[in-house]
This record gives sequence, structure tokens and C-alpha cells, in this order.
Amino acid sequence: MAGLSLSNLKKTYGKVEVIKDVDLEIGHGEFVVFVGPSGCGKSTLLRMIAGLEDITGGELRIGDKIVNQVQPRDRGVAMVFQSYALYPHMTVYDNVGFGLRLNKTPKDVRDRKIREAAQILQMEHLLDRKPAQLSGGQRQRVAIGRAIVRQPEVFLFDEPLSNLDAALRMDMRMEISKLHQELGATMIYVTHDQVEAMTLADKIVVLNAGVVQQVGSPLELYNRPANLFVAGFIGSPKMNMVEVSVETAGANAIDISGPAIGRLSLATEASGIVLGDKMTLGIRPHDFQQVPEGPFKGTVTLVEHLGNETMVSLKLANGEAMIAALDGDTTCAIGETVSLDFNRDKVHLFDSGGQRRG
Amino acid sequence: MAAVAPTNQRLKTSLRYLLLVLVGAVFIFPIIFMVVSSLKPDGQLLRDTASIRAFLPVGDISLDNYFAAFKRAPVGLFVFNSLLVTGITVIGSLFLCSMAAFAFAFLEFKGKEIVLSLIIATLIIPFETIAVPMLMVVNSLPSIGPDGLTWGWLNSYQVQIVPFLADALTIFLFVQYFRDLPKELIEAARLDGARWFQVYSLVIVPISGPVFATAAILKFLAMYNQYLWPLMVTQSEQFRPVMVGLQYFFQLNTAWGEVMAYLSLITLPVLAFYLFLQRAFIASIASTGIKG
Ligand SMILES: Nc1ncnc2c1ncn2[C@@H]1O[C@H](COP(=O)(O)OP(=O)(O)OP(=O)(O)O)[C@@H](O)[C@H]1O
Ligand SMILES: [Mg+2]
Repeated sequence: MAGLSLSNLKKTYGKVEVIKDVDLEIGHGEFVVFVGPSGCGKSTLLRMIAGLEDITGGELRIGDKIVNQVQPRDRGVAMVFQSYALYPHMTVYDNVGFGLRLNKTPKDVRDRKIREAAQILQMEHLLDRKPAQLSGGQRQRVAIGRAIVRQPEVFLFDEPLSNLDAALRMDMRMEISKLHQELGATMIYVTHDQVEAMTLADKIVVLNAGVVQQVGSPLELYNRPANLFVAGFIGSPKMNMVEVSVETAGANAIDISGPAIGRLSLATEASGIVLGDKMTLGIRPHDFQQVPEGPFKGTVTLVEHLGNETMVSLKLANGEAMIAALDGDTTCAIGETVSLDFNRDKVHLFDSGGQRRG
Repeated sequence: MAAVAPTNQRLKTSLRYLLLVLVGAVFIFPIIFMVVSSLKPDGQLLRDTASIRAFLPVGDISLDNYFAAFKRAPVGLFVFNSLLVTGITVIGSLFLCSMAAFAFAFLEFKGKEIVLSLIIATLIIPFETIAVPMLMVVNSLPSIGPDGLTWGWLNSYQVQIVPFLADALTIFLFVQYFRDLPKELIEAARLDGARWFQVYSLVIVPISGPVFATAAILKFLAMYNQYLWPLMVTQSEQFRPVMVGLQYFFQLNTAWGEVMAYLSLITLPVLAFYLFLQRAFIASIASTGIKG
């Protein structure tokens, strides 16, 4: 069965290091999502797994075989491209069956498998069409059909839904999720859409500048981001960050102060925090409540009513900006002063190196 | 504005058509002149050139020039030789040059860019400058025939074919076209299990109709019009192509009617080939949905 193991994987283009010592274990049947800002190396890493890019250093295993030098066709992987990459001169039937034709699958078996795949993806009525006669969503189905028909051990998706409109994207997202449950194959999925990442993944890999920032389940990343980058990247709207310094450091509580918040006491188990440390306090917008008198006071600069909640942007006395997700029926006007408190159990503390401390 | 636009538009369209007709005429009249003249005896032909009659099949019209042309020269043999040499060269060069271009466009290997620029650089070397060195090369190549191993390729078909099987222009045309194709197509095919040759033959070739047609036309014309090289390498009539055959009509006193008859005959294959490719060209664009 095919899990993957990446150790010390490196990729350089000339002198530019695009992937830096990536270590990653992917279990069989897992749905893993790579996220990260544009240009961080998500596609490159995926293409290295596919065999479309040479591996500069390190070791890539699929199953228990080292595949650094193995041709793409012998890796047991299938890939779905953002641009679909359907063969324009072939019908949908031939597009889906191309891989089977190449590996000399007998005609009747091939026909059965193509029709099975078409049935799973509800595109039996499209089999005789050419790609030019299909809509974007239909093309994407064909591309997925082409991948599943060969029953690969590992599926690779590179932003497969980013050319689709929002509604179709949601449908396809659910279909991919269903497909994963039905096929039980390992899937690696690249996206920069947070919702896709959070909803699809068993495990999210956050990349930045070719370095893995954190690997974990969606909730782990949301609740316990390992560093400032992940904290800022996962969650929408973004986590609020406040500079603070440590006033007293006790065994399981510290006092912090900062220009934005005055002085506060927090319970924390973190050890090694000493007096005078500069730290960053992270608070998610959803962990704020409006109170008559709280640590944060600011002027409202923007109010967005979303119905179930209200996004309120504030400007604090020291000029810092904050965003809070308050109740749907919150009424406050631009220019008004509001006071906020936050859920003390859900704060995130990062040291001056950006690493999580509690 | 709505009232003015249509007439204005119509005027523009008419002018455009007029221009096209004029340009078309410039190209078509020499051909009409050639065909019409081939039907006239020499005296009338020369007299008619002074008037519009040069383009009209009037007066003493007959096929005599054609019979005479066939009597004077082995026209059939020349046309056969030309078509054989041209046909093999076109097919061979489409195959070889497109494969070379495939490698340049899609494979990674050391020195790729340098080799490609060297090939393209040969475009600026006129054939005349390398004709003599090439003659010396082909004259010392071995060949195996009915007489066993012999040296020198003069007086043969291969001497007219092999040197032209690969050329910079054709490679360049293919490279340009291939580079514009989406890279993901090749990658998808490789992941689907295709070997490089299968990527080439099953994915790239079928969607490259337009460039194959263009390259075929250019190569066909270049080969069919070959004159200097076959003149240098074929002393015996048996292997000579049509353009060299034209000499037969310029000995002593030129028989213009026969020249025109001969030219009309040898133009036919060109037109036929052109029409055939035009159809293939349009069909391939229509079937792949890829615009050239
Ligand atoms: N062929 C190449 N030569 C040089 N640099 C490259 C090449 N391909 C990619 N890069 C660089 O590698 C980095 C990672 O690219 P990659 O395509 O993996 O980013 P990505 O995370 O997929 O971004 P996006 O979300 O925009 O698709 C980028 O900085 C890019 O400029
Ligand atoms: Mg990418």
C-alpha cells in the first residue's frame, strides 16, 4: 500500500533553493493538503512527487520504494492539473481511456473501466464529446476521470478547482471528498483556498518559502499554530497580533503589558519565559466579545454585517488595527468607541523568534 | 452615425475586395498566360504578347506543343523523378525535423540551447556557398548497389534526397509551434504512461496539423524547384528532375510554346499538392480546436 515518505527533499533552480529540506510522512489513504502563499513551492513539491521535476537532493519514497530516479509512469501516481490538460483531439472516452490504452489493457476491460469512471463522475452522456465542447466543470470531471480510471495508489491535485466558479467549486469539493472515501487512495492536494484545505484535509502541510511550517490536522493548525506564520495564514479573518512584553513570569501564569492592552494576567504552562521577554499575543477575531469595560478599546473604522456575525474593524488608541467577529445583531457605528474582551483560554503566545510558547 | 456607418462600411469592403482582386490578378495572370500560350504556335504566341490576346485562348489553338514537348524530352520521367525525390524528402523531413523539434521543445539535455542556436544560425548560409563542399562529400560516400560496394553518390536518387532530409527552417517552424503548446499536455501524457515517442506520436503530432501542413508546403516547393544541386549531381538523364529538364527546351532556338506546355505540365502537381494540403489544414484545425 502506498504511503509516501519525503526526507530532506530539496529542489534548486540554478542557485535558487525552492524546496528546502522537506521532511514529511504521508500515510496510506490520507488526504493531505499543501497550502501556502503563492510561490512558496507547493506545485514544485507536488511535481517532484509526480516525477515531473528532478529531485535535487534527499529521498522520496512511494510505498517502500525509493523513486527519485523512477519515471512518472512507473510511480503509480495520477495527477489532475489546474488547466485540466485534456487531449484536445480525443473524445472524452479516449481521454479517459488513454492510460489504459497505453498499458495495453484489453479492450473490453478498458471499456468497462471507462464506463465505470464515467458513472462515478456522472458524465456518461459526455463520452463522445471533444474537450472543446465541454464546460469548465465538465472538463474537470474528465480530468478526474482520467486519473481514477488507472487506479493509481496516489492522486495528485494541483489547484484543480481554481478555474471554477464558487458554486461549482463547492460541488466539486464535495465530490472529491466523496471520491476519497470511495477509493481509499492517498490524495495530495494543492490549494491556496483555506476553505478547501480545512474541509478536505486529514492533514494540512503549511509551506512558506520552501520550508514546512507545520503539519497537522485542520483543527490542530487552527487551535495551536506552531508559529506566527501559520497563525497568520490559517483562519479568516486573520488572527490579531499584539506586541507585548513580560512583566512577571510565574510557574503557571504571567503578566504581560503592551501599548495596546495595558497590563494583563494570563494563565500559561509555558516554561522558560522570563521577565522582559518580548512576545506576540495572538487573538482570533472570533474570540472577542463586546464588553462595557475591557482590555481593548478602539474606534470603529468598518462594520460588515454578514448576518450570522458582524465583522468590526477597530483602530486602537496606539494606532494598531484589530478585527473582531461579534454577534450578528451587534449594532455599532463607524466612529463609535467600543470595548472588547477576549477568551483567555484561547490566546496564542509567540516568542520573539515567532515560535509558539503557549 | 447608424445611418452613415453601413455605406461607409460597404465602401470600405468594396475597396478591400478590389485590392484583393488586383493582387489576385497579379498572381493569376502569369499562370493564365502560361497555359494559354502553351496552346498556341510560336509565331502567334509572340505576336499576341503585345495585346490582351496574350491571356485569351484565341486563334490557332491546339495541343501540338504538348506532343512536341513529350517528343523532345522524357517529361514523364522528369516529373516522376521530381515527385519521387520531393515526396520522400517531404515525408522524411517532416518526420525527422518534427522529432528534432520535439526534443528541443520538450526534453531537457545539456547544450540544448547552444545546439538549437547553431542549427538556426545555418539559416543565413546560402546554399551556393556550401554546394561545392557538399558535392565533395557526397562524391566520397559509399553506396551498395547491384555492383556491390561503390564510392560516390553521383547520379542517384539518394544524392538528391539525403542532404535535404533535415533543414533548419523546418526544425525552427516546428520548435516555434511546439513551444506554444501547453506543457501540461505532455506531462499528463507522461503520467498516463506514455513513453517519449508515444507522447510525440499520440499527443503532439495529432494536434500539430497546421504546422505540418505549413512545413510540408514550404518543403515541397523548395524541393520541387531544386535546380542547382540536381544539375551538379546528376549527369545522366535517368535521375534528373523537372527543373533541370527545362534545359532541353532552351537548346539552339527556344521553342516557347513547348516551354509553356512543359511548364504547365510541371505546375500541375504543385497545384494538386497545395489544394490537398489546404483541405487537410482546415480539417485539422476544425477537428482539434487548436488554432494555428
Ligand atoms: N522552472 C523554474 N525555474 C526557476 N524558478 C522556478 C521554476 N519553476 C518555479 N520556480 C520558482 O519556484 C518557486 C515555487 O514555485 P511553485 O510553482 O512551486 O509555487 P506555488 O507554491 O505552486 O505557487 P502558486 O500558488 O502561485 O501556484 C517560485 O518562486 C518560482 O518562481
Ligand atoms: Mg502552483
